[in-house]
Amino acid sequence: MKKLDKERVLLAVAAPVLALAAAFVVTALVLLATGKEPFNAFGIMFDYGMKSDSQVYILNKATTYYLAGLAVAVGFRMNLFNIGVDGQYRLAAFFAAVVGGALKLPGLVQIPLIILVGMLVGAMWASIAGLLKVYRGVSEVISTIMLNSLAGILISYLLVDGRLADLDKQTNIVATDPLPSSSHFFTIPAGAGLDPIWGFIVVAALAGAGFWFLLGRTRFGFDLRAVGRSESAAQASGVNVRRMVLTSMVLSGAMAGLVGMPTLLNDTHQFTSDFPTGIGFTGIAIALLGRNNPVGIALAAVLWGFLERGANRLEFEGYDKEIVGVMQGVIVLCVVIAYELVRRYGLKRQQQRVGAELAAQASASKGTDKTEVPA
Amino acid sequence: MRRGTVHALVGENGAGKSTLMKILYGMQRPDEGTIALDGESVELHSPADAISRGVGMVHQHFMLADNFTVLENVVLGAEKLHGISGRARARIKEISDAYGLGVRPDVLVEDLGVADRQRVEILKVLYRGARTLILDEPTAVLVPQEVDALFDNLRELKAEGLTVLFISHKLGEVLSVADDITVIRRGTTVASVVPSETSPRQLAELMVGSELPSPETRESTVTDTEMLVVDALRLTATDVDGVERAVLDDIGLTIRKGEVLGIAGVEGNGQAELVEAIMGMRDPDAGTITLDGADISHAPTRTRREDGIGYIPEDRHRHGLLLEAPLWENRILGHVTEEPNSRSGLLNPAAARRDTERIVTEYDVRTPGIEVTAASLSGGNQQKLIVGREMSHHPKLLIAAHPTRGVDVGAQAQIWDQIRAARREGLAVLLISADLDELIGLSDTLRVMYRGRLVADADPATITPEELGSAMTGAASGHLEHPAEAGSEAATGAGAATGGEDR
Repeated sequence: MKKLDKERVLLAVAAPVLALAAAFVVTALVLLATGKEPFNAFGIMFDYGMKSDSQVYILNKATTYYLAGLAVAVGFRMNLFNIGVDGQYRLAAFFAAVVGGALKLPGLVQIPLIILVGMLVGAMWASIAGLLKVYRGVSEVISTIMLNSLAGILISYLLVDGRLADLDKQTNIVATDPLPSSSHFFTIPAGAGLDPIWGFIVVAALAGAGFWFLLGRTRFGFDLRAVGRSESAAQASGVNVRRMVLTSMVLSGAMAGLVGMPTLLNDTHQFTSDFPTGIGFTGIAIALLGRNNPVGIALAAVLWGFLERGANRLEFEGYDKEIVGVMQGVIVLCVVIAYELVRRYGLKRQQQRVGAELAAQASASKGTDKTEVPA
Repeated sequence: MRRGTVHALVGENGAGKSTLMKILYGMQRPDEGTIALDGESVELHSPADAISRGVGMVHQHFMLADNFTVLENVVLGAEKLHGISGRARARIKEISDAYGLGVRPDVLVEDLGVADRQRVEILKVLYRGARTLILDEPTAVLVPQEVDALFDNLRELKAEGLTVLFISHKLGEVLSVADDITVIRRGTTVASVVPSETSPRQLAELMVGSELPSPETRESTVTDTEMLVVDALRLTATDVDGVERAVLDDIGLTIRKGEVLGIAGVEGNGQAELVEAIMGMRDPDAGTITLDGADISHAPTRTRREDGIGYIPEDRHRHGLLLEAPLWENRILGHVTEEPNSRSGLLNPAAARRDTERIVTEYDVRTPGIEVTAASLSGGNQQKLIVGREMSHHPKLLIAAHPTRGVDVGAQAQIWDQIRAARREGLAVLLISADLDELIGLSDTLRVMYRGRLVADADPATITPEELGSAMTGAASGHLEHPAEAGSEAATGAGAATGGEDR
């Protein structure tokens, strides 16, 4: 048995490593095709990514990505494809910024309130897709994609001077009222001359721990994973699958509501028309790469931050920064393929091993016939 | 295998029958050894290879498109042989007549019964020019009369010089139809016998090295306490044409403590729906279900399980297991809210693991450990795990749907013993099975289900499988009496009920 477990760990690590290696090869080929020297580019990215200021940047980026990855992973764990994390977090961040900008409570009250508003809005937006799936059989993939567009439209409608936002005459930027400085989240100083690390990284870590505990240690988590593995078996085991779909969609949405919070509370302190977009989709890639596992997602989020940091530098060195986009895309593709290959291989290998071990047991107990029938 | 014979392959589950089949049909490659066809050594790389060499396979689960006609199903993938219309139809007629298959080319497959579908599958293989047919447990889904008809077809085939390789668990059938029998155990041939020189008992001993188990329950343990009462239960479902049909109609039954109530019926007559209604997976349209005095007609599945319903599902892969999860997680499945699996909302993996070890030992689940996935166990061992899991929570009522389907003789005996032991301690059992010997042997009361209704009842002490078979096809109803004792309604059935042997 020991050996079997060791092998399982090896297989678990093999997939991402294989995928990353394949991705680097493909990216190198793409670079070669554009007439650039690939290894120099990797060298630049690595050197630049390891600098102290880069590390702070990567951690801060990764905080956001980590939360997005978790939000997507909640759905993945039960075979729900929540593509709507993108719309959910933007809408959540917008309303959280509006509420935060309108109030002037002590930080100890107002910061949790802002976070709560974000989670609630995200959960409500996601629950629309959940309700549609449960009561009307609408695929969550379709409904969440459309809800993404709707969220964008809703924000553009409300983010107008005189509605829920104001126009700054000097910079010509439309934004919600800024949060009072008491509502700024704490930061962790990283050293002289460096930007601080966003304090929200602590919340992200707590969210990761909560995710692990909820899914791995509670009845609810067991039910959720059971639905993900086999809906029919879960139903027969007593899980109310419809309610579980709705609950996990709401959970995923609430987690998505946190995605915009590091930016809002630690960085911009208001919602502007150039609030970061597309992080929900990044979250899908990160959840895939991290195998829906809280630690794996963290590693994936850091990797993603690292690649993006490197991209900024490549531009200065005369490379196209889009090459990093290519690299990220290739990584995701390779990851999906590698996981499926390794999964099938592992399953087959285990079946063979079980067969072999049983055969060994059987031959060991030959003579004293093993197949006695208990009375 | 000699040409022009029916050769039977028997062996326990996990003995290697399926693997051998796969190799013969080109789905898997052997590591060593050779296969010779007509004296010529061959290497089969794919099913297409096998077909081109005249080896065809009829799978246990039919591979037919329901919304196609028989003709369309037969020519699908073999369009090059005889086209897709006139010539193909003529050829199908020709084959059907030659072997007495009685296949009508222009009927939709969805309108055919199980036996007819099986004949279409056989015809499909013959149409592709097969001279050697592999039949994987062909009788599992048939009632006795249909089995006889199938065997007539097989005899017809071998009379025409075709060779049939026949896989079955049912030793009696093997003996009646096969010319030669090969017994395999743990991946090797342990014996080659001819039917005239052996008996089911000897065959079983060869298969497992033990006595043939008997499903018969001896003393009655039925009490007066009613455990499950189903009254006027009605369930409707909308079929593919959008027409609402009653799949369960006016079902009424009572199971007392210590009683095994067996339900016979050809599959698809509402047994699965009845189980799902009692388990709470389908909400009945009318009627009541009472468990131990409490109305549970509309209670959620989880409540029913907590209240003491154990469930051995018909399809363990769909309803009983998480195939890719380790054994100990499968031990939790269905009982996540109960000790030792969890306490106040939190899982207790350590206790669940310990208890899984106990089940593995007590129920003789053959596995190298509890961390392996359920998918890596053989069917019989998966079933033993499920039985162990359900029994561990001391159910008041056990729903056992085909509890020994696809399970080898050794495990079968064990499962029967466990059901009997629990019954002695006051367990009420609803038994659904296609194995009529099992039904008659285990049950205290027998009911027959036909088109969503309980149409007949019988006393398992006197009834024969043939008489039950007639009622299952709708030919007989009411109280089935043994023909020797009373003028039997059953005897008017498909003609097969005559001369019911004494058991």
